[in-house]
Amino acid sequence: MSKMHVKMTVNGKEVEALAEPRMLLIHFLREELNITGPHIGCETTHCGACTVDLDGKSVKACTVFVAQANGANVTTVEGLVNDDGSLSVLQEMFREHHGLQCGFCTPGMITRAHRLLQENPNPSEEEVRFGMSGNLCRCTGYQNIVKAILAAAAELNAAREAAQ
Amino acid sequence: MIPGVFEYHRPSTITEAAGLLTRFGDDARVLAGGHSLIPMMKLRVANPEHLIDLQDVGELKGVSITSDEISIGAMVTQHELIQNDALASAVPIIREAALQIADPQVRYVGTIGGNVANGDPGNDMPGLMQCLDASYEVAGDKGTRRIAAREFYEGAFFTALADDEILTRIVIAKPQAGSGYAYEKQKRKIGDYATAAAAVIVGPGIGSIAMTNLGDTPIWSAGANDALAKGDVDGAVNAVMAAISPASDNRGPAEFKKHLAGVILRRAIERAQGRAN
Repeated sequence: MSKMHVKMTVNGKEVEALAEPRMLLIHFLREELNITGPHIGCETTHCGACTVDLDGKSVKACTVFVAQANGANVTTVEGLVNDDGSLSVLQEMFREHHGLQCGFCTPGMITRAHRLLQENPNPSEEEVRFGMSGNLCRCTGYQNIVKAILAAAAELNAAREAAQ
Repeated sequence: MIPGVFEYHRPSTITEAAGLLTRFGDDARVLAGGHSLIPMMKLRVANPEHLIDLQDVGELKGVSITSDEISIGAMVTQHELIQNDALASAVPIIREAALQIADPQVRYVGTIGGNVANGDPGNDMPGLMQCLDASYEVAGDKGTRRIAAREFYEGAFFTALADDEILTRIVIAKPQAGSGYAYEKQKRKIGDYATAAAAVIVGPGIGSIAMTNLGDTPIWSAGANDALAKGDVDGAVNAVMAAISPASDNRGPAEFKKHLAGVILRRAIERAQGRAN
């Protein structure tokens, strides 16, 4: 089986590797690049634990071949911390509002919520629930995840207003 | 979880893609958003030896809207359909239905062309396209042709698309002024295929209905359309009920689905009538 040369930007860094085209992006991230924040919770594209940001879209990395992502710009939860390594507002709010327990869905949740707030900076509770519906959580019952995302939106909006 | 081995191709034109399909025949599949094909490959239900990725084929992108016709590129994603305000104002039922398909991540990559070409009776767009009387433009080495959505579906995963053809665009006549619309879908949860769903367009002298996941193909009946256009709701519902043949599965026994189909259809008609003027 022939490998192909793959090049992409992951969390701001250019990476190159040889990989089989059939390798799933989630396995490429976890096994080739040791970026193990994104997780695998199913094999039917439901759970969203593998969610990454690919060229500005929330995508389930278990349902993308590495060949398709050749040349793409990928961000994982590891790339969402502040420049100084401290937690982003969204990450901080998940902690503050107890938006996680086992933590297995959290990287996908935060990566998805990051994109959701880029597209809709001031969502209603219903919009958050609908916007997060591609991500399953076994522990929290979602309530605190919704609170965390709404709190992050409020804080980010306040910061934006203060900066203007 | 682990798909079989394949060779990967990324053409940048329809001609190039059609050439690859002709060359590899049955051993090749086109890869659009990949959100039906890749899951099937991960379960080894599909084992193509060649994948022809269409992501770089610019001709398959874009939505164009004229005064009487809408043309949607096959590689336009569900997310793009939803975001397109001009499309939502021309044919609002498309946004309403797309929001009931899958989940946000799937909608960023899943395409309208893949949804209609897949041939799974669970997909929502095929019924909607029959309701809208859309046509599919398909291209192959021998040239292009148009196939009416109402004649495209032959059975579960069997369509009028030949092995060496690519579905390139979907063409829809703008619904008549004053018509109302609704896409009503009953499902167990977000992301599920419909237990039963109905697409309805209705207005003065206008009626069109198609049903999703109540048979091997979407269900469309000329008799139902005629009855609805005359304002005969009971007649339209009866015609649809005679045409459906749901299968029993985890979503419920056939008898339940038949009952549900009637409920969903009446709801869709009522909502569409409320929007007509």
